[in-house]
Amino acid sequence: MTQPRRSFQVGTGLFILLGFAALAYLATQTTSVANYTEGDSYTLKAKFSNIGQLKQRAPVKLAGVRIGSVKSIALDPQSLEALVTIGIDTRFKDIPDDSGAAIFTSGLLGDQYVGVQPGGSPVAFKDGDEFILTQSSMQLEDLIGKFLVSGDTPKKPANAATPTTDDVEPAAKNP
Amino acid sequence: MNTPNPSASIESPGSTTDAYVQIRGLHTVLGDKVLFDGVDLDIPRGKITAIMGPSGTGKTTLLRHITGQLAADAGEIRVDDKDVPRLSRKQLFDLREGIGYLFQNSALLTDFSVFENVAFPLRQHLRLPEEIVRNIVLTRLQAVGLRGAAELMPAELSGGMARRVALARAMIRDPGLMIYDEPFVGLDPIALNQVLKLIRTLNDTLGITSILVAHEFAAVRRAADHVYLIAGGKVAAHGHPDELAERDSPWTRQFFGGEADGPVPFEYPARDYAVDLGFPAGAP
Amino acid sequence: MSGSRRHSMIGDALAQVGAAGLFLFAILAAMPKSVRHFRETLRQIWFVGAMSLVIIMTCGLFVGMVLSLQLYYTLAKFGGTAALGTVVALSLFRELGPVVTALLFAGRAGTSMTAEIGLMRATDQLSAMEMMAVDPLAYVVAPRFIAGIVAMPLLACVFNALGILGAHAVGVSWLGLDNGTFWGNMSSNVEVWSDLVNGVWKSAAFGAVIALIATFQGYTTPPTSEGVAYATTRTVVSSSIVVLALDFVMTAFLM
Ligand SMILES: Nc1ncnc2c1ncn2[C@@H]1O[C@H](COP(=O)(O)OP(=O)(O)OP(=O)(O)O)[C@@H](O)[C@H]1O
Ligand SMILES: [Mg+2]
Repeated sequence: MTQPRRSFQVGTGLFILLGFAALAYLATQTTSVANYTEGDSYTLKAKFSNIGQLKQRAPVKLAGVRIGSVKSIALDPQSLEALVTIGIDTRFKDIPDDSGAAIFTSGLLGDQYVGVQPGGSPVAFKDGDEFILTQSSMQLEDLIGKFLVSGDTPKKPANAATPTTDDVEPAAKNP
Repeated sequence: MNTPNPSASIESPGSTTDAYVQIRGLHTVLGDKVLFDGVDLDIPRGKITAIMGPSGTGKTTLLRHITGQLAADAGEIRVDDKDVPRLSRKQLFDLREGIGYLFQNSALLTDFSVFENVAFPLRQHLRLPEEIVRNIVLTRLQAVGLRGAAELMPAELSGGMARRVALARAMIRDPGLMIYDEPFVGLDPIALNQVLKLIRTLNDTLGITSILVAHEFAAVRRAADHVYLIAGGKVAAHGHPDELAERDSPWTRQFFGGEADGPVPFEYPARDYAVDLGFPAGAP
Repeated sequence: MSGSRRHSMIGDALAQVGAAGLFLFAILAAMPKSVRHFRETLRQIWFVGAMSLVIIMTCGLFVGMVLSLQLYYTLAKFGGTAALGTVVALSLFRELGPVVTALLFAGRAGTSMTAEIGLMRATDQLSAMEMMAVDPLAYVVAPRFIAGIVAMPLLACVFNALGILGAHAVGVSWLGLDNGTFWGNMSSNVEVWSDLVNGVWKSAAFGAVIALIATFQGYTTPPTSEGVAYATTRTVVSSSIVVLALDFVMTAFLM
């Protein structure tokens, strides 16, 4: 008699475990928690006159490879610019200190992310440094406005409007 | 109390001490049928009292009143000196812990094996070691001759077996009051004899008060100390079974003698037979 | 004639809602007593939860696969296939996971609760329990109610997980979307609390509603085979309607 009772309890326990495992899997694989689970990082700052739709925890990429994420976004009271704090994975510690930062959009409907364009300086960024060269988010309205006024195609981050679906992530999370 | 018979044992509604169950002025209407129209009844302590009556008079309903499963429209019901209609749910459950009830249709829990069915009241109310539970349950199953069927499921039992399992379950906690709603239904003569003896033994050895609803007058005559005959919403007769059997009343003659015609209607109240069959009323 | 019938139908429906509300209070009142029937609660979680796993997992997988296929087709028109993972995950977590799981749960577990309790009623098992001084509300109903609340969110999580895997299989393995994009885009747009956990609350609420309707229908069914059959049907119909209506209310006001 005790046998079937016991097996019920074990089965129920397994079921509850399975449910929580599914929840944990979803939380760690598919949500922003996945981005918290980074290793050590060092901090860089960048000021932008317009960050568009950039959000906290948005990826930071170099040559399409994810190297870190946006830690916080604040308004710099003096310059009245957006002050974006970026965490870069310590694995990528040799980024030249004259590199630039720009805000891009992945795809027409995609998210905004910070793209780092490497410079040529022999000196690398240290913790707490600030990007000198920054380029703000290109707003669709601005683009259209410029296009109507000047009559010619917008110049620099035109690639922001082309789908870049071939972004590559360093750690492909899916087993 | 329309039978002025001195040998009828419980006659004086005033003395309550020796009555385990006491009912006064019971009125019940179910649907549009008047089931009880002023029933007075006493179940003496430590005795076996049989309740008899034609099918559909409300014997089961009476038992449901006694155990507080169904509220009566009017009347006083006292069980073990407790006023049943006024008990809170908690008090009612406390009272029921001292009552063993054999349902007319056995009402075994279909999810559980025979063993677990019989063990159910023990497991629910007492924290007993598994070994003791096992011993008690097997003893009771042995008493109804079904120890070998302990591991069967209720669906695998015959009707008579189910009744005996239900009986074992009803008496598992040695209640102060045992209520048997037709315990002999579906039993073969051998099992009937065994169950009859069991009911008697429980009563004689443990002093359990018993209410026995049954149709088999021969069996009732062997077991019961007292018989109530209920018909037409009233107590039609009551007394010791031997004495009732000999009493020359139309009720008893019809009921115990099995005559179809008499004061107890055999038929459920209905329209005129001829009218129902489509003949004009009054036609032959 | 038809006017008065409609009138009585509305009256009946209102009476049912009122009775179900009172029933809920009775269940809540019986909760403390049902703590003693912890084992029975575990057994019910097993019955309504673990026994529904197969259907939930199968449906989750297929829903995820179809969703992936359909959304890929739509997103491709805007050059936004990179957002596939995000859109699939958000639709699943916020909406489809809880709702589809609830509808399946009503059909799989709700009906069996109703039929079981209805049969217990019809065969006097509930009365027998009362006579053994065991409160059927605490022993039969409350454990099923709790099991509904516990099992539904877990099932919805399993459904979601399988849905994501199905979407990944179609989107990445079949349609050739980049693996990193699929997961990265998803994880930077899906929030744990506002998306995933909100869906979990939702499904717990659905579980409570379904278990309430199912046990209520079973408990109050006329004790006949026809009555039980009818009550089972009503469980599916009413809980589907209530789940969808509640979904709208919760989405509109709470999320
Ligand atoms: N819930 C109910 N609603 C309306 N009428 C009922 C209800 N329950 C029982 N009755 C009626 O009450 C009467 C008595 O039923 P009850 O079961 O008490 O009879 P009984 O004396 O036990 O009969 P039997 O010997 O056949 O078991 C029957 O005529 C039945 O139709
Ligand atoms: Mg009866």
